[in-house]
Amino acid sequence: MERKVNSHSLVARFHKERRGARGSPFVLDVSLEIPSGITILFGPSGSGKSTVLDCIAGILQPDEGRIAVGDTVLFDSATGFNLLSQTRRIAYVFQSLALFPHLTVEQNVEFGLHNLPASDRQKRTAQILEAFRVEKLKTRKPNEISGGEQQRIALARSLVTNPRVLLLDEPLTGLDAALKSSIVEDLRAWNAANRIPILYVTHSRDEVDALGERVIAIDHGRIVSHGAPMEVLDAPRRKRLALSAGFENLLHGTVLDLREPDGVMRVRLADSSCEMEVPLAHASVGDHVQVAIRAGDILMAAEQPRGLSARNILKGKIIALEQRGAMFIVRVDCGVKFVAHVTPGAVRALELSTGKQVWLVLKTHSCHLVE
Amino acid sequence: MSMDPLLLSFRLALCVSAILLLLAMPLGYWLAYSSWRGKFLLESVVALPLVLPPTVLGFYALIAMGPRGPLGRLWLALFGHGLAFTFTGLVIASIFYSFPFAVQPLITSFESVDQRLLHASALLGAGKWRTFRRVILPLSLPGVITALVLSFAHTLGEFGVVLMVGGNLAGVTRTVSIDIYDRVQSLEYGAANRMALTLLMISFSVLAAVYAINRRVWTPWSAK
Repeated sequence: MERKVNSHSLVARFHKERRGARGSPFVLDVSLEIPSGITILFGPSGSGKSTVLDCIAGILQPDEGRIAVGDTVLFDSATGFNLLSQTRRIAYVFQSLALFPHLTVEQNVEFGLHNLPASDRQKRTAQILEAFRVEKLKTRKPNEISGGEQQRIALARSLVTNPRVLLLDEPLTGLDAALKSSIVEDLRAWNAANRIPILYVTHSRDEVDALGERVIAIDHGRIVSHGAPMEVLDAPRRKRLALSAGFENLLHGTVLDLREPDGVMRVRLADSSCEMEVPLAHASVGDHVQVAIRAGDILMAAEQPRGLSARNILKGKIIALEQRGAMFIVRVDCGVKFVAHVTPGAVRALELSTGKQVWLVLKTHSCHLVE
Repeated sequence: MSMDPLLLSFRLALCVSAILLLLAMPLGYWLAYSSWRGKFLLESVVALPLVLPPTVLGFYALIAMGPRGPLGRLWLALFGHGLAFTFTGLVIASIFYSFPFAVQPLITSFESVDQRLLHASALLGAGKWRTFRRVILPLSLPGVITALVLSFAHTLGEFGVVLMVGGNLAGVTRTVSIDIYDRVQSLEYGAANRMALTLLMISFSVLAAVYAINRRVWTPWSAK
């Protein structure tokens, strides 16, 4: 099998205005550089993720900007250049997969190889079906195979053409974790040999953790942060992103004072006497701020803790206790309502029940300021 | 009983539906996918025969094909004879008359093909023609068959246009509907009935056969 070493990055910088669902204007303005390997485009629904992919694929045309893979320009508004989808050599796996319902699995995979002689076509098709472990299905129609199999076929059909870039729009939604990770492994194995940029769109925190490498966070049509998954998703700077990245506590507060030498500031939570120490941010006394805290980052104590390094210890009462799988969701009223996650073991050891008095312990750096 | 009018009607319906399919396919494609704002004008023109009495259409067709009409003069210059009261003239007029019955089912089925499939095809390197041939057309097969059947059936049963454009020339323009009318006029009820019944039975058989095939073609991938 011929292996093209392709280390070209996808570089896209563009601006696009659209009418949103309710006729409100939506502005997409992004600048991306995607090296080979998997990069995750993460954001809540309606943030513009799919529009970014549609622009890169040539389904939509940006109002202005430039899109290129290595030296190959796909779109450039400055010169009025726009390559048609059919000549961009970009593979795109839609959320709906878009397998051709009237063609067999084999005919689907061969679809993009029509310029090759029949013998090459068959060879390439057989190889990719084997790489994605679906060679047995080749005479079936898409509606005769399972969801996971359809996803493998859609990947195989896109990758068999030796694309420059692979775009994936939430392709693994609805699959269980084991199936998901086995498909991702096959994709990684394929890409180890082919080294192309892969842009993987998702709004699921679990998928980000499973895929790793690099994350770009997008919200309201703008890139809000990028880097390793830990850096991007554990310190969300935007409210919508915080909620979709799994920050169950989003609290409003007012800045009381700034302690610049310590790198912290004190915040009084809205409608309460609760005060908290949070990392210093660009704010002045009296400013309104929002603090995001993961339910899993909150410690709970049955007695008032002493001698801890954690700076925030809040007294409160349990108002609700609910088991979800191997975890308890505990709601605590400290003047402001918090959500904390604890294990069933902890619930037994601390004898947690509704109405019980508890202390919540929060490290300063578990409190994230959100725009 | 002479079968000539019946055969003539079938020949006319076959010619018209075959030509219509070739004309309606590109027009239907364009009407389904074009984003031109003035599209509604053409759609209205195509749908006109649905609301006009056949005699109005036949009247203008006759004028256009007559020795002083533009089409008639062109035909005379090219082939040395006129169009009115000929089989060819009848075919041309019938094409206009049955146009909506061929175009509408095609537009509907082209439009119902999932847009994402068309994008997927383009992203796999297929041009417009390949996408049409490999994706749109096979997925629109029921619509194509419906278009064919409707235009065939509609032409088979036409009367007004034929009367205006074709007249009543045995073996040339005397179709089965004209023949039945003739016989009723001359009180040959038995002959009229035999002709009418034959037409009814043949038409029903053709339609039933086509719809049966249509269903079987559709099921393998529409059943979920």
